[in-house]
Amino acid sequence: MFDVNELRADFPILSRSVRGVPLVYLDSGATSQKPTQVLDAERHFYENSNAVVHRGAHALAEEATDAYERARQTIASFVGAHVDEVVFTKNATEGINLVAYAFSNATDKARQGLDVDQRFVIGPGDSIVVTEMEHHANLVPWQELCAKTGAHLRWFGITEEGRLNIEPGVIDSTTKFVSVVHQSNLLGTINPVREIMDMAHAVGALGMVDLCQSVPHMPVNVHELGADFASWSGHKMLGPTGIGILWGRAELLNVMPPFLTGGSMIEMVHMEQSTYAPAPQRFEAGVPMVAQAIGLARACEYLTDLGMENVFQHEQELTAYTLAELGKLPGVRVIGPLDTHDRGSAVSFVVDGIHPHDVGHLMDSMGVAVRVGHHCCWPTCRRFDVPATTRITTYIYNDKSDIDQAIAGIKSAQEFFGATVAVSA
Amino acid sequence: MSEDLYQEIILDHYKNPRGKRVEIDSLAQSHQVNPTCGDEITVEIGQNSDGTLLVSYDGQGCSISQASASVMSELINGKTPEQAAPIQAAFMELMKSKGQLEPDEEVLEDAIAFAGVSKYPARIKCALISWMALSDAQIKASLTAKTTTRNE
Repeated sequence: MFDVNELRADFPILSRSVRGVPLVYLDSGATSQKPTQVLDAERHFYENSNAVVHRGAHALAEEATDAYERARQTIASFVGAHVDEVVFTKNATEGINLVAYAFSNATDKARQGLDVDQRFVIGPGDSIVVTEMEHHANLVPWQELCAKTGAHLRWFGITEEGRLNIEPGVIDSTTKFVSVVHQSNLLGTINPVREIMDMAHAVGALGMVDLCQSVPHMPVNVHELGADFASWSGHKMLGPTGIGILWGRAELLNVMPPFLTGGSMIEMVHMEQSTYAPAPQRFEAGVPMVAQAIGLARACEYLTDLGMENVFQHEQELTAYTLAELGKLPGVRVIGPLDTHDRGSAVSFVVDGIHPHDVGHLMDSMGVAVRVGHHCCWPTCRRFDVPATTRITTYIYNDKSDIDQAIAGIKSAQEFFGATVAVSA
Repeated sequence: MSEDLYQEIILDHYKNPRGKRVEIDSLAQSHQVNPTCGDEITVEIGQNSDGTLLVSYDGQGCSISQASASVMSELINGKTPEQAAPIQAAFMELMKSKGQLEPDEEVLEDAIAFAGVSKYPARIKCALISWMALSDAQIKASLTAKTTTRNE
């Protein structure tokens, strides 16, 4: 197991103060902090090899291209993927939209009588299946696709304890696509994605998983998930902002219509029409995020050195502690599973009589950075009849003392607002 | 600490909201949400026979948003649109002040308690949401000020 105190030295931001007190960063579910190794990797690239990749024949262009493609290999290996199956996107949201637009564009082209892969043609009578615990990023693109094509959106609901209610019949012979979150960013629930992907394939549908909250926190092998596509972001796993990953089975990526078009993604261009490069270049139009790819690859190496199984165990211990300590506070209710079985480190809660914004503000005044709001999961909040929650999320650099400070912050909010604030409804 | 944000006046309006869900003969309403946190407010507006405004609101949200709505309804209720306009303008100006403005208690009364909110960019929208709904409802009901006080 790694030493938290030792690795905290790699994160300069963790030693700063906010509001006049030491920072306690418990918002890694929103974005993780970055170790100097990642920052140095980006800086080293800019200072030594900066050039545009995949064009130009000068020495820097060669070095930059080599560094960019080696980064792709490192990132692919981190999740057990083949290098040609890893597409760099702006963020996880773009990766999901890329797949949604493959359906939309294939459907449009089919209407024009063009030859497209029928697995991506969708219309009235077809259904797309998601869950009630999706981040808006894995909900709104599918709503939009349904609105454009006449397909129907269906979803698995959530049980009272925060688990998916995998009812029979939601996925059926009408289903063309299923997209589910691996670990909920609000509830912390880890979903049985393999089971759901198998259900999708059994009816001939394709399937996708949102890995934003799982790849940074646990060992993930994309092939073992049984999905056809997966998307996640770099910035939640120690990497830079501005880069996300779309993983897809090569056979599918190479028959999907492109999303963004332009330079770099073409094979041949004539005035009348063009043909496109194979994946991943097919989906990387324009000058890509080279430094970010190099930074993210360095983040993968950093995490590999720690060992993802160790990362998971560390967070399981912290999550168990967080749940136990929150459980001791009267008037505090956790939204999501109450034990660490199939559960990650995102812990949402509400405090009786105090709005989450006010809880978060009082915690912030003690240096504790937590997320408040609906966490881009408005329907999930509605399911639990709460307007918003306060959310603690941990990572490799947190320890129990951080949780203790968070608990102290919640107590101070309760004292400040009066433990029994009677707000007239 | 947080005393500059959570003034006594704010906590009092939060715990004992004024003018919430009052039945009025409504001419228009405006529903506003804060999409970053899910706070919601609906402001209804009407007019008394003497031309003064009637304001009612309903909503859910944090202490700042709820207290601000309560203070807003107390300040605007019974004022003519012309009397309300400078109060609304003064509150907008206060919220944009980043804590650098000494508010005029003659104009803003209890609303001076929100001066500290303007130092917290994440909370300004909380304080403003009910005032935005008020302005929107006024426009819909054609109950905005007919004359300006600019040249006075």
